[in-house]
Amino acid sequence: MSEYSLENLDTPSGDGLPASASSSIVSQETVSQETMTGAEIFVRALDAQGVKYVFGHPGGAVIKIYDEIARIQPRFKHILVRHEQGGTHMAEGYAKATGRVGTVLVTSGPGATNTVTGIADAYMDSVPIVVFTGQVPTHLIGNDAFQETDIIGVTRSITKHSFQVKRVQDLTRTIKEAYHIAKTGRPGPVVVDLPKDILFAEDTFRYPEGVALRGYSTQVNIVETQIALAARMISESKKPLLYVGGGTLNSDAAEELTAFARKTKIPVTTTLHGLSSFPENDPLSLGMLGMHGTWYANQAVQNCDLIIAVGARFDDRVTGKLDAWAPHARVVHIDIDPSCISKNIPVECPILGNVKDVLDMLGPLVEEKDTAEWLGQIDVWREECPLAYEKDDRLRAQGVIEKLREKTDGNAVVVSDVGQHQMWTAQYFKYVHPRSHITSGGLGTMGFCLPAAIGAAFGLRLEGRDDVPVISISGDGGFVMNAQEMSVAAAHRLPIKIIVINNRFLGMVRQWQELFHENRYSHTDLTDTNPDFVKLAEANHVVGLRASTPKELDEAIEKAWSINDGPVLIECQVEKEEMVFPMVPAGAATGDMITERFSHDHDV
Amino acid sequence: MESTLTPQQIFRKRAAGEPLNEGETPQIRRHIINVTLDNSIGALNRVANLFCQRGFNLESVAVGKTDDTSLSRMTLVTAGTTRKVEQVLLQLENLVDTVEVDDVTDLEFVERELCLLKVRYTSKNRSEVMDILDIFKGRVVDITPETMTIEVTGPTKKINAFVGMMEPFGIDELHRSGRVAMRRALVHGS
Ligand SMILES: Cc1ncc(C[n+]2csc(CCOP(=O)(O)OP(=O)(O)O)c2C)c(N)n1
Repeated sequence: MSEYSLENLDTPSGDGLPASASSSIVSQETVSQETMTGAEIFVRALDAQGVKYVFGHPGGAVIKIYDEIARIQPRFKHILVRHEQGGTHMAEGYAKATGRVGTVLVTSGPGATNTVTGIADAYMDSVPIVVFTGQVPTHLIGNDAFQETDIIGVTRSITKHSFQVKRVQDLTRTIKEAYHIAKTGRPGPVVVDLPKDILFAEDTFRYPEGVALRGYSTQVNIVETQIALAARMISESKKPLLYVGGGTLNSDAAEELTAFARKTKIPVTTTLHGLSSFPENDPLSLGMLGMHGTWYANQAVQNCDLIIAVGARFDDRVTGKLDAWAPHARVVHIDIDPSCISKNIPVECPILGNVKDVLDMLGPLVEEKDTAEWLGQIDVWREECPLAYEKDDRLRAQGVIEKLREKTDGNAVVVSDVGQHQMWTAQYFKYVHPRSHITSGGLGTMGFCLPAAIGAAFGLRLEGRDDVPVISISGDGGFVMNAQEMSVAAAHRLPIKIIVINNRFLGMVRQWQELFHENRYSHTDLTDTNPDFVKLAEANHVVGLRASTPKELDEAIEKAWSINDGPVLIECQVEKEEMVFPMVPAGAATGDMITERFSHDHDV
Repeated sequence: MESTLTPQQIFRKRAAGEPLNEGETPQIRRHIINVTLDNSIGALNRVANLFCQRGFNLESVAVGKTDDTSLSRMTLVTAGTTRKVEQVLLQLENLVDTVEVDDVTDLEFVERELCLLKVRYTSKNRSEVMDILDIFKGRVVDITPETMTIEVTGPTKKINAFVGMMEPFGIDELHRSGRVAMRRALVHGS
């Protein structure tokens, strides 16, 4: 378990508590002999499922559900989002911060298609969300009816599974199955399409206690001989490395991982999604690896003789040129998804299973190791090329991140968007608490950050952790993509610290243009078209502050942290043309990192 | 340009069935996979979609009901390296609607394909066509003074051979069902 307790929740079955905790309950809430409409059944089913928040937007196809929400006042809270994409990212942020399943409710047609980006994002990053979409009445399906979209077809390759409910009798069973599939195994998004006539049809209410899905099993038997093989490979290794991904957080195994690394003295590098699963203030931590990982983490990868991949998937942003990656390493791979193992790199020791269970079995079999020599070598690399940026009296994004780290001492949930600021947020914050870093990794969705931070803040509120600040860190480009959701944060008085790193550029694209396209800044300069972020905040009932020097930033942070009954935005006007280093260019070998600007380009 | 591989790189290439030296080509094999899945359009769609989504090769599909009305069975033929086909199997298994995925390629199995073929004939070569038909145990299911429609079933190789024999006469139309396959029941002692 992460250190935060879920005990104060009164949920019987939960929108995502581990299966063992969801004991069966048969009460008036799960069975009723009265007949009622499908819409009422739907609302009651969410309550029976233990859903706490629904991020939704009404429309014609789901108007009956909204009517029932007003009429029967369910226990879950409906949050009116301002764009359905925002709703899906809120559900993701909520899921990532709490480990529960996020819920989205939208109307048919445009309401449904607006969720597509969020669904794709959740699919790539294995985030458990259930998206309920309205649909035209069954008899009109296929007729190009008003606001009809074949959302099942549209989302087929970006969902873990999807359902269209064809009879009101199937409604509760389908809902139960949707939550089960979203949460178990490798988590992912599930779409449930609800034709309008189903919501008006009548039936009695019965919420099933379990699911019977014959083609879907979450039972994995961890193979003991594989565990023994892994233990042997570890004991034979002189230069081992733990390569840790998001699967570790998904299975709540941060504690086990930390204990394992400390016992064996094996250094740890994490992926973007693995961040926060191992405390970065531990001397064994090498920070992030891959394209914008640290020089020393990537050197460790290229020189190690054993990689223990834990809930990671050998993504191309991690490996660069696959053939040249970790050329001397034997590989142990622990993962819950069999199709992930040996997909990109054939591994010598695959272990199929939940990371937590596997580490529980493997831990006692490994001995304490003497890795002093290997750690010494890593320290040399650390000194050779530490993470660094120019420190002067100007405001720089890296400095903003360090300042936020200093202010919170790491006690915060940090959500980032996509771009340069995302990489600096990954490099400089130094995470210490599990699930304290949230971002869009696989899909790289600009506009993810603010709504995800809102979802995370609702999650913390639910868990009684309001005192932990949620910090949303976006670039000026990505922030406007879902800026409308600020009003949701204001409406619910969520004390989110909204940081906009304004470099007046689509910075990450500008960086590639500088490095690989001869400084032709084609359509990346936002100087003349950016909104006034302070006014934008104020227009959305959010306090707006601005900082353009380190001193102003200090003042703004003090002010922002003194406001706890609502969101505050700080626009940080930073250096325009900063670069994220180090960098492995796309498709290059991990050994070929760029660590500083090509100076000739810069000087001319 | 140094091209020496480390022992680990050699291990990985071998395991992936990739050639070690430039110029060699990876081994591609054809696989016959039986998939038992939920009897619904949605399930069928999802299987077909998977091949497109993941860039897998799909040579033929045959699908129909089974003895259990809630299930249907599909026989898929795909070709690829061992590693690619392994991915196909794992991804198929990952689908919620698939109940069983069975690669029968290396097992004892029987396979059949149905072929309907419309061939042109004249009074001169009619008996020649009929002789060939006889060899392949085919049947004429429709006939006009110029064409006959023939039904032949058998393993895919047999169908290929039959189609080859008919080509010189002039094929008007050809429709093949794709393979269906079934494991052989094990006889006691075998
Ligand atoms: C929706 C979407 N569109 C385009 C991109 C491509 N892209 C990746 S980073 C980036 C620039 C982001 O600029 P900004 O939000 O200002 O952040 P910065 O890189 O300057 O920190 C773009 C356009 C993307 N990732 N997502």
